[in-house]
Amino acid sequence: MPVSVALWSVAVLIVVALATPILLRRSAAATPVVYGVAAVVALVLFATAVAALLGGTDISGEVVLPLGLPWVGAHFRIDPLSAFFLLVIDLGAAAASLYALGYGAHEEHPERVLPFYPAFLAGMNLVILAADAFSFLVSWEFMSLASWALVMAHHHEPENRRAGYVYLVMASFGTLMLLLAFGLMAGADGVYGFAEMRHRVHAEWLPGLVLVLALLGAGSKAGLVPLHVWLPLAHPAAPSHVSALMSGVMTKVAVYGFVRIVFDLVGDPAWWWGALVMALGALTAVLGVLHAILERDLKRLLAYSTVENIGIVFIGLGLALAFRTNEMAGPAALAVTAALFHALNHSLFKGLMFFGAGAVLGATGERDIEKLGGLIHRLPVTAVMMLGGAMAISALPPLNGFVSEWMLFQAILLSPDLPQWALKFMVPAVGAALAFSAALAGACFVRAYGVAFLGRPRSPAAAKAGEVDGFSRVAMGLLLALCLLAGIVPGLVIDALSSVAVLVVGHDMPPQPLFPSLSIVPVSESRSSYSGMLVFVFILSSSAIAAWAIHRFASRTLRRAPAWDCGFPDASPMTQYAADSFAMPIRRVFGPVAFRSHIERRMPPPGDPAPAELKVVKHDLSWEILYAPIAGRVSRLGERLNTLQFLSIRSYLTLVFAALVGLLVVVAIWA
Amino acid sequence: MGLIREIAVQGAQMIFVLALAPLLLGLTRKFKARMLDRVGPPVLQPYRDLLKLVRKDVVIAENASWLFRVAPYVIFAATWVAAALVPTFATGLQFSWTADLIAITALLATARFFLALAGMDVGTAFGGIGSSREMLFASLAEPAMIMMVFVVALVAGSTQLSWVANFMLTHASLRVSLGMALVALVIVALAENARIPVDNPATHLELTMVHEAMVLEYSGRHLAVIELAAALKLLLYVSLIACVFVPWGLAPPRSGVLPLIVGAVTYLAKISVGAFLLVFFETSIAKMRVFRVPELLGAALMLGFLGTLLLFVSRSF
Repeated sequence: MPVSVALWSVAVLIVVALATPILLRRSAAATPVVYGVAAVVALVLFATAVAALLGGTDISGEVVLPLGLPWVGAHFRIDPLSAFFLLVIDLGAAAASLYALGYGAHEEHPERVLPFYPAFLAGMNLVILAADAFSFLVSWEFMSLASWALVMAHHHEPENRRAGYVYLVMASFGTLMLLLAFGLMAGADGVYGFAEMRHRVHAEWLPGLVLVLALLGAGSKAGLVPLHVWLPLAHPAAPSHVSALMSGVMTKVAVYGFVRIVFDLVGDPAWWWGALVMALGALTAVLGVLHAILERDLKRLLAYSTVENIGIVFIGLGLALAFRTNEMAGPAALAVTAALFHALNHSLFKGLMFFGAGAVLGATGERDIEKLGGLIHRLPVTAVMMLGGAMAISALPPLNGFVSEWMLFQAILLSPDLPQWALKFMVPAVGAALAFSAALAGACFVRAYGVAFLGRPRSPAAAKAGEVDGFSRVAMGLLLALCLLAGIVPGLVIDALSSVAVLVVGHDMPPQPLFPSLSIVPVSESRSSYSGMLVFVFILSSSAIAAWAIHRFASRTLRRAPAWDCGFPDASPMTQYAADSFAMPIRRVFGPVAFRSHIERRMPPPGDPAPAELKVVKHDLSWEILYAPIAGRVSRLGERLNTLQFLSIRSYLTLVFAALVGLLVVVAIWA
Repeated sequence: MGLIREIAVQGAQMIFVLALAPLLLGLTRKFKARMLDRVGPPVLQPYRDLLKLVRKDVVIAENASWLFRVAPYVIFAATWVAAALVPTFATGLQFSWTADLIAITALLATARFFLALAGMDVGTAFGGIGSSREMLFASLAEPAMIMMVFVVALVAGSTQLSWVANFMLTHASLRVSLGMALVALVIVALAENARIPVDNPATHLELTMVHEAMVLEYSGRHLAVIELAAALKLLLYVSLIACVFVPWGLAPPRSGVLPLIVGAVTYLAKISVGAFLLVFFETSIAKMRVFRVPELLGAALMLGFLGTLLLFVSRSF
């Protein structure tokens, strides 16, 4: 039974996590052993998930372990939805473990990373496998805490400690919201199993509240604006292979949680659900990429880009909800397939990009792209991989990122038939936001790649960097190959997703034709079709023909000379266009609206030897509007409540008695 | 037999656009010179320029990477594939279902991605300034283009260009939304092809330039390939406007030789008129400051958005 295989694999991971401290003391080979075992286990889980996903709708029975609440037990189960997310997670985990076989060797404090790494993988897998609310929440919290420990791996830097603190607060908040959501769904009689929870009849107001709680709980883990503030702090703070897992994979666990609760467990959606989810998705996509484009720290840039991509996934989910409410099953299947396809794509290319960022960090010790440059000469293989990843993430054909966004556009084009006026007005705006974020992502990654990998080195570290180890290169190559594969034969992914779509929205997309030439046809051939394979072959063959013809019949000589640069070349690499200057026009056009950004100039008066200063001020509005006031209130409230520490014993007894009476009254009213 | 013929027609289309692209460039230059009371270079001058460039040695900067040498061919190939997918003289070609209008937009984005990267490869100030501005313009031009695609797709019920052209042929009607889409598409076309008022194709060494700044370091065959790609892109946009908004004369799928010839002749007439209108517009307007361009493109985006919104409200707009 696939679910038993999966549970045994998770057990192996937990045993490895527990054994690591002993292993670290006894042998020097702890790093390769832990990552090697993690890679093998992840592959086993991946194979299980693929078998389960392709096996059909009803895959396996439930496994009940005598853990957790005594009268409930811990239920575990694999259905198509969990099989798909299991696939996404363990593919990313296998690649990250492979990468870490090389990258992890540089770790200065392996004892701070190694025990938590398998625990983190186990936690994510358990969330997906869980089939009752209690084990889901426990696994969720386990995953959060394991990843928190990994974020704190390099806790000597104050920035990382702050990231860890913010992450811990936000993760607890998210779990609390999910706890409330499950509590509402379980009701007063405590139906915790997903199978029974699905058939409960709820009060009219309840599903809407559950949706909001799920958005707050799963959305804070996924990085929905305005709950994203922890993400660009915490993801980059961890070691790079963990960053890849957190950004590429753990956000997908959050997406899974959202889909499980909203599409599967809570019942029929109201029309405004789709509008709310879609609007949040569009806001997240645009703000995420605008933040990314101004960021100089390579890993933080990637984290912001994760925020953008999560926004795109939620746009798809919102569309699917809107279609499902109005019983438009075909478009709903298209939208949900596109959203899940994008989740898979994002896990592939974001993993790849974080591996590349880790390679750059390992080779130069720098995360600031303004201090890099010319790495294409020093890290030739990594440069190719990163170029592919940058193309995929910028949604360029023939790679995979384009296919899922193309499908989303097709879903948007089906939405004029939605009856609600609010949705009619909202969907075109969401479409514009999607197109806008795709275009800005292109600009963002031209900037990141162009400044870090092209041009001339801006620091001695960048000039002396060396190529990374073989494991890292193989891991990046693997993910790039998968990006290309999913881009040129997307029909395979869409067909594999059909059982998931049936489970989630009760319908699937038409089977994709293998012939002619592997094109994908979301609705009908007269509406739209796209063949990544043919586009790829056409681009390849026409560029080869052009190159061959020119080299054969015209000139093939090549001379090297100093750069022309309009006749005034300057030897200093500082004269190159820098990251900030590249982003300046975009900041100037969109910054005042999105971040209230402005430039502060300080000109010392004549005679004052102080340097003149020019500073770009950029505000994260969600931080200032939402978090800063809340944090201020909490600390003020804390100071007030401080007096409670110094009361007499009589006052404490009175307080305890009053609390008891209050609780009893609540219970009496509830019953 | 039929299949071979269809593939031959598709191949003819690919070679047709490739052969015609420099002619369109020559036509615009000639028209422009005449309008400014100059004699101007011969119409065939772009072909001679390309031939001259192809035969010359390539001189590249000492620190240029492989990307710098590969990029021209990628840019050319992506643009060529995109241009070959826009119906010129006939609809329903063999490979027209390969990619729809959204994919064509994205193919042009692929070309732009590589062009902008090539501009940054040598590490000069000019290349960077060009890339930076190009990506700024693209960040508005691309959504405007997608919005235009939405309008056309909602009217015609398809994003497939052949279907759109057939629909426009059979159900031709004046619509507000299509008018908005046309204006949006024209603005996007001006920006994407580096024409006045966004960029000046005739200048070098000017701080307002965009496209020319990116290709400053290129020479010889690389430059020839990039120039040919730029010419193809101009032809693509003119054909796109012609195919969606004035589709008359297009040969239907699987038609005989005569309709194909009629299609080719009307197509030539259409692009000549297009070249004339472009030049007429360019000579009657001044170039904009760089930071005015986002306002122009924002207007295009808003027009496309408004058109889409109207169609969401009612299909009859």
